[in-house]
Amino acid sequence: MEIPYTVEERPDTGLINSKLGIWLFLASEVMLFGGLFSAYVFLRLGAPDGAFHEWGQDLNVPLATLNTLILISSSVTMVMSWASLKMNDFKKFKMYMGITLLCSVGFLVIKYIEYTSKFHHGIFPSTNTFMAIYFTLTGLHGLHIIGGMIVNGFLMGPGSKMWKTEPEHFTNRIEIAGLYWHFVDLVWIFLFPVLYLL
Amino acid sequence: MSDHSMDDIKSHVKVYMLVFASLAVLTVVTVAASYMDLSSGEAIFLALIIATIKGSLVASYFMHLISEKALITWILMITFVFFFILMFIPTIAFFDWVNIS
Amino acid sequence: MDNNHHHQEESFWRKYIFSVDHKIIGLQYGVTSLLFLLFGFCLMMVMRWQLAYPEEAVPIVGKLLGDGGILLPEIYNSLGAMHGTIMIFLGIVPLAVGAFGNYFVPLQIGAPDMAFPKLNMASYWSYFIGGVIMIASFFSPEGAARSGWTSYPPLADIETGQTMWLIGMVFLITSSLLGSINIITTVVQLRAPGLTWMRLPFFVWSQFITAFLLVMAFPPLEAAAVLQLMDRVVGTSFFLPSGLVVSGEVLNVSGGGSPLLWQHLFWFLAHPEVYVLILPGMGIVAEVLANNSRKPLWGYKSLVYSITFLGFMSFIVWAHHMFITGMGSTMSSFFQTTTMIISIPSIIILSAFFITLWGGSIRFNTPMLFALAFLPMFGIGGLTGLPLGFAAADIHLHDTYYVIAHFHYVVAPGTIFAMFAGIYYWYPKMTGRKMSDLLGKLHFWPSLIFMNGIFMPMFIQGLAGVSRRLWDGGLQYAHASGTLQWNEFMSISAWLLGLAQIPFIINIFYSMKNGEKVDRNPWGSTTLEWVAPSPPLPHVNFDSIPEVHRDPYEYSIPGRKRDFTPQTEPKKG
Repeated sequence: MEIPYTVEERPDTGLINSKLGIWLFLASEVMLFGGLFSAYVFLRLGAPDGAFHEWGQDLNVPLATLNTLILISSSVTMVMSWASLKMNDFKKFKMYMGITLLCSVGFLVIKYIEYTSKFHHGIFPSTNTFMAIYFTLTGLHGLHIIGGMIVNGFLMGPGSKMWKTEPEHFTNRIEIAGLYWHFVDLVWIFLFPVLYLL
Repeated sequence: MSDHSMDDIKSHVKVYMLVFASLAVLTVVTVAASYMDLSSGEAIFLALIIATIKGSLVASYFMHLISEKALITWILMITFVFFFILMFIPTIAFFDWVNIS
Repeated sequence: MDNNHHHQEESFWRKYIFSVDHKIIGLQYGVTSLLFLLFGFCLMMVMRWQLAYPEEAVPIVGKLLGDGGILLPEIYNSLGAMHGTIMIFLGIVPLAVGAFGNYFVPLQIGAPDMAFPKLNMASYWSYFIGGVIMIASFFSPEGAARSGWTSYPPLADIETGQTMWLIGMVFLITSSLLGSINIITTVVQLRAPGLTWMRLPFFVWSQFITAFLLVMAFPPLEAAAVLQLMDRVVGTSFFLPSGLVVSGEVLNVSGGGSPLLWQHLFWFLAHPEVYVLILPGMGIVAEVLANNSRKPLWGYKSLVYSITFLGFMSFIVWAHHMFITGMGSTMSSFFQTTTMIISIPSIIILSAFFITLWGGSIRFNTPMLFALAFLPMFGIGGLTGLPLGFAAADIHLHDTYYVIAHFHYVVAPGTIFAMFAGIYYWYPKMTGRKMSDLLGKLHFWPSLIFMNGIFMPMFIQGLAGVSRRLWDGGLQYAHASGTLQWNEFMSISAWLLGLAQIPFIINIFYSMKNGEKVDRNPWGSTTLEWVAPSPPLPHVNFDSIPEVHRDPYEYSIPGRKRDFTPQTEPKKG
């Protein structure tokens, strides 16, 4: 007996299992980053007036803006890779997924440049509480990007074999992976102004 | 999943492109706004509003929330209630102290 | 095409070690958690020697500890911190949720397995790794954590032994998150045809709400653990204020951090966590009480609404653990009010349980004895929590033995008794045999007596002002001198409680081969798990997908031949 509702929706809830599962996971992630944002607020209130704004001047806004645009683009290409599968275009799926992965690499490269330049200037997480929460928030976000890349890479590579045998199931997997990826983008949409612009 | 026809998907693609353009524009707007001369409270408010709009676009259209089943939306609303509790109560606690003088 | 056929025999590794079958995983959780509970209990028994005989060497273990065999304060604190951590995170939650939840939720809803079997396996192994890391911390050069299970900074930030605790917690939290996502999805999506929400057994409701608490509340602690790791490993000052003086010197860190930030993030989880500790137990007690009174559970609807309301409320009471941190009257009033309100659903639930018994044909088998004992024990635990919820009283009682007594009453003769009830009740379903009732009673009566022997005097000590986490049990304090004589009494009760578990351990193993063989439904129960064979079929559980036609507790309905009607029995006409 197979587990029901892995591909076909349960009539009364209208959902497949993995869709409910991923949204629950994203709910927990909202609380995870929420905990860190709450720490940000608490530390900012506890710091001397204007200290966080001043310490934040050390960050590179143009690079981060570029990163924001890169991540938003990767979000579009991710949803397009799913749409391509819905339109039965496997080649386009691979192309869009590939671009998504490239954008992710680009994002991480820029973050690497940002981090190493900070260390080069003697700025570390231990330097002040702003840098501490900056490195932690962006670091955890970066780890989530890497996680997403591993999943996306698998789905583009060995995992894509499933398209031949169970196309609907595979398309759902891309949608689920997409939900996770959009969430990672969403977190950055809030991280960017909070850390870099305020 | 199986309720999407080809034309359906094509119209979705149009929406995705529109959203992408809006997100790019809003990104520029939020950076520009940071150069305006605002009080810190106003700056925070404006930045969060723009971010919320951008986030809502991603959630509603890329994540299909706008056409998602009620159960999912409920779970998210409950989550946000707890999120705001987590954000606000420690903040209020920060200002509410016993006065020992 | 069905790719999930397992016609060929699975290898030993696939069948028993890396199984995706929720029953095997449930048993893995069960065995592992019971072993951890035993270990945590042993830690306590060592601590209680020190408390009873503060100036004497601890036998056997003392040789390993050096210093003449007397527990040094650091070692005592390690034992204390690890006792709490192990009992809560490696013991009770994995047993209540991982074992009972995994094994019986799919069965009670008529499902073939959990929604995500592979994720289920991953969550067990994540728990296992977290557990290994926690135990390994005893052997690390830094030693085990010694800042309480609550790990308050600055002490936890700068004391040795905390790093592995934090890493272990990350694995344990991950395990819980994955497990609870699985339980929620399973209950929503995999209920058998006809099993509507208001026909769910109360046990399933309790697991469902518990899973929500875990999903929403654990992540902030994970965030906090990351922050504390950063403080310890990378030198940040999330929780270290400026100008902190340690051993006479100002600490060389950037400062600016806040110890209160940890407390808020920690208790945001840890309060819902205590409801995680009790809710599954309430679920089990409900099943056993209804079944052994041959009566429907009284007030099913109010039970469901109460437990749901309780789940929500548990997120807005946390700062009642922080009344003495100097919070103002606005915060304090808010949290006192919410704490008083949250006692209401608990009272409704307990009352409904009591009323269920009224007029019932009560069978005093072993599961029922434990379920019955749960009621007054949890009652004491809950009632003694009320003074702690009032800031005025809490200022005197905080961090005293009163608190230890309160929470142990709820968890020890509370939850653990419920767990025992569940094991005795469901053993026939898992093995096809009943446990010995004689050994069960030999387990029950001394356990009940000695639980009270340990924890009742603690209220007296707490009211006198004896602080918790004192390595010598209060010997140095004049205000404690009037209550110190209880220490020996409590310690002897603890060791005798340990001995009382021997019949239980023997019973588990003895009954596997020699227990009375029984059919599918030896207790005459109405719920779905008793429709499946004992043990249920690998991977599919049921001979065929059950169809539900009835409410979960149709016991002693007038005019019927039998005094129970299974949920699957069709209605005539």
